[in-house]
Amino acid sequence: MNGGKRTAIRFAGLGLAALLLFVADVLAGDSALSPGEVWGVFAGRETDETVRNIVLSIRLVRVVVAVLIGMALSVSGLQMQTVFRNPLADPYLLGVSSGAGLGVAFFILGAPLLGLGHSPFWQSIGIVGAGWVGAVAVLLLVAVISRYVKNILGVLIMGVMIGYIAGAVIQILQYLSSAEQLKMFYLWSMGSLGHVTSVKLWIMWPMVALGLLLAVYCMKPLNLLLLGEQYARTMGIDVRRARTLIFVSTTLLTGTVTAFCGPVGFLGLAVPHVARMFFHNADHRVLLPGSMLLGIVAMLVCDIIAKTWVLPINSITALLGIPVIVWVVYKNLRFS
Amino acid sequence: MIRLESLTLGYGRKILLREVNADLDGGGLMALLGRNGTGKSTLLRAMAGLGSLQGGRILLDGKVLTDLRPEELARTVAFVTTERVRVPDLKCRDVVALGRAPYTGWTGRLQPHDHRMVEEALDWLGMSGYADRTLDRMSDGECQRIMIARALAQDTPIILLDEPTSFLDLPNRYELGVLLRRLAHDRRKCILFSTHELDIALTLCDSIALIDTPGLLYLPTPQMIAGGHIERLFRNATVSFDSKEMRVKMEGV
Repeated sequence: MNGGKRTAIRFAGLGLAALLLFVADVLAGDSALSPGEVWGVFAGRETDETVRNIVLSIRLVRVVVAVLIGMALSVSGLQMQTVFRNPLADPYLLGVSSGAGLGVAFFILGAPLLGLGHSPFWQSIGIVGAGWVGAVAVLLLVAVISRYVKNILGVLIMGVMIGYIAGAVIQILQYLSSAEQLKMFYLWSMGSLGHVTSVKLWIMWPMVALGLLLAVYCMKPLNLLLLGEQYARTMGIDVRRARTLIFVSTTLLTGTVTAFCGPVGFLGLAVPHVARMFFHNADHRVLLPGSMLLGIVAMLVCDIIAKTWVLPINSITALLGIPVIVWVVYKNLRFS
Repeated sequence: MIRLESLTLGYGRKILLREVNADLDGGGLMALLGRNGTGKSTLLRAMAGLGSLQGGRILLDGKVLTDLRPEELARTVAFVTTERVRVPDLKCRDVVALGRAPYTGWTGRLQPHDHRMVEEALDWLGMSGYADRTLDRMSDGECQRIMIARALAQDTPIILLDEPTSFLDLPNRYELGVLLRRLAHDRRKCILFSTHELDIALTLCDSIALIDTPGLLYLPTPQMIAGGHIERLFRNATVSFDSKEMRVKMEGV
């Protein structure tokens, strides 16, 4: 295949873009530090303790979190679009975000009752833990349903319905909350990269890494699933096992990101389409690393914008992601 | 090649086939005939390991189907469904290459031998010129051929096809029939396909499997014609089929 060379050049270009944006994102921030000062910290020069702290435990952590979110959401979006054979499937479709939201809502309302509300440490760990438990609970429920519902469309509908139920319960909880609790939940739901401390990063990255490894392990089943579950089965894939592994991967990726940073919308839906357009390929051996890199690039761009104008990250990903989705719908309607 | 032992198939309480014993051992090209809703697809799906059996068992190439691991099954039988697969950005060559999945490692990487099999399969179906096109920009007949090339690349002794001639126009139907016959004879495959095209089945196939609910008749084509089973099953108040003249006769027209 002579497309191999072209693909390699595109990967190199994307890698370079990701690297440059990484540096740009570390340099960007609201506390006015000169690039020289930031560089000094990495070069190991003697620097002011405050500058060192800002660069290493705030800026660098935030940029690494952006990279993790970009990879995680894009890869799980790609997985969901392939498994459901639906160009508009995304990692939140199975109700993961509403599950996480439900967990967080329960915690924010319930923590004061447990007497944990006043310790900031327990509060932040609790939000992440509750969000994660909520996301996993929903995914487990969907996985159990998919054991009994053979049709993948049925699983999809169940996922959406579970999401609605979680949304309804969240509304009830919000109705019962105090203004302060409501604000806390609202802030979580807008999405933020800033809440992740370097300690939390050490919980976050291994989980995302495990999810990505699982996704890579599932490349071949994903390729066969392009032709649908029936064909995949007749070509020697244990479809249930593959589906379960892919769901576990998506839970690790989306559940972790959502628990730590709140629901970050539209990235998982849009990036795989850009990857397909960019590489002109449907092979997951190209699309998977391609989506990871494009996800990193997209998320870093969003973060730089969010930092420059001090805006919530969720609104930026929506503003950049939705045009891509509109384009996908337009393309699908035109050709069919 | 395909052996059915007291096979019972159906949905819930509806029985389509009851305790069928048959030895589809003729090899070559075989047609599966039957009226609408008699279970042609259900039987093919069961043979491909996609459906559950209500009773009995299926032996493929001497091995019990349910005992085979997924990749062993995939090396024994290939299946072409009625589903029209239109994945954007998926090149024909890559679709055919997926047929090599039962032989490749966990990444699905093709060896030189696999590449050869893929090109050969494309060549057999006359689709080499289409290898770099994507599925969403081809006609139904072309897509059908790509899916068959994929089944051929799967390198199985048995190939099953569910109504491969539907969606095709008249010349394409016959061309596909001739192609399947050539594959069965030259490549020594056992090919079983369901169809409603009685004329294609009776002129091109070596033997016929006919669903006579809840049983299954399996005979070489000349005996099947001589037995009058086809006339008996394919008729209603207005239409009858003359299998000696290969003609449909209509009353009152």
